Amino acid sequence: MLNALIGRKIGMTQIFGDNGIAIPVTVIEAGPCVVTQLRTRARDGYEAVQIGFGKRKPKNISRAELGHLGHNLPQTESQRRRAQQQGAKAREEARAKSSEKNLESQADEAESQSGVRTQARARKRRDGEPLGPFEILREVQSLGDTPVTLGQAVDVGIFNQGEYVDIIGTSKGKGFAGVMKRHGFRGGKRTHGQSDRMRAPGSIGAGTTPGRVLKGTRMAGRMGNERCTVKALEIVQADSGRNMLVIKGSIPGPNGGIVMIRKQVVK
Amino acid sequence: MHTLIQAVEEQFLRTDLPEVLSGDTVRVHTKVVEGNKERIQIFEGIVIRLNGSGINRHFTVRRITHGIGVERSFPFASPRIDKIEIVKHAIVRRKNLYYLRGLTGKAARLKERH
Repeated sequence: MLNALIGRKIGMTQIFGDNGIAIPVTVIEAGPCVVTQLRTRARDGYEAVQIGFGKRKPKNISRAELGHLGHNLPQTESQRRRAQQQGAKAREEARAKSSEKNLESQADEAESQSGVRTQARARKRRDGEPLGPFEILREVQSLGDTPVTLGQAVDVGIFNQGEYVDIIGTSKGKGFAGVMKRHGFRGGKRTHGQSDRMRAPGSIGAGTTPGRVLKGTRMAGRMGNERCTVKALEIVQADSGRNMLVIKGSIPGPNGGIVMIRKQVVK
Repeated sequence: MHTLIQAVEEQFLRTDLPEVLSGDTVRVHTKVVEGNKERIQIFEGIVIRLNGSGINRHFTVRRITHGIGVERSFPFASPRIDKIEIVKHAIVRRKNLYYLRGLTGKAARLKERH
């Protein structure tokens, strides 16, 4: 069994608890995720499971990833051209030989023609069914109680109602934000003759000593659009039929954003 | 709205309550928990506001008690509402009857719709 799933944030709504109190909840479309690779201590130095989520067209994905997922790779432009040239050359030679009325040449011809085809068949990097292509691939940990196999689909069934999870996502980008928004500074005075100090940071350091601005001084700058983890959110509802998770509280990112739902790590 | 959000909300929407309109005089029977006991409390007044949609649909009831105007807002989906009695309908020309807040006594009456 895995300790995490990948999902998509759908949006927020509210539900009513037993005592009639409204509870804010976030709805997540979680999984089904497909196991795309098993990382082993022997080969990779650590144990992990790579899972994929979401759909993408094969044309929008790199050849490296296609090969990794066990797809039959399409020929590149140069490969196609080379194969064409080789084919033409082979045919020419075969024609030349066959004019000598050699029996061997017919066998050669058959081989050279099928040669292009065997090349096409060999353009598969891994045995087994092709998977995906997926919108996103992520590594998660296996809990080790039941073995995980390549190509296995994992759904919301790994979570239960009442459990706690950590949600990892990418926060909404806020652009270049000032210190009040970014670091919670209080800004300047609104009255007493202040003119342009309302959202200013104030002093950023002492004078001659140290004579420079200390590293790490909080200033204005890019805010948001970074990995963000919200810990210990309660699962209100886990529905395997709909691949739906309902979680109490808010989670990072916009609606439609990709999030990872991980079983609570630190209690 | 996304089907998944709809699926979550549908579990909590109530269909047993009557349709409430602005200007209606209603008696809202609410469940109140006092200690271990639960009893029904009635809040009677005029509906002066309808807002929200889906599970967040609310109505606000205004009444005057001991000379002080009191407004209370209820979600239509709230399980704390036991039932809603509609006492009478009124002729109103807008959804939000905020103008009633400035009126008292005879001026705060609404024309009844039969």
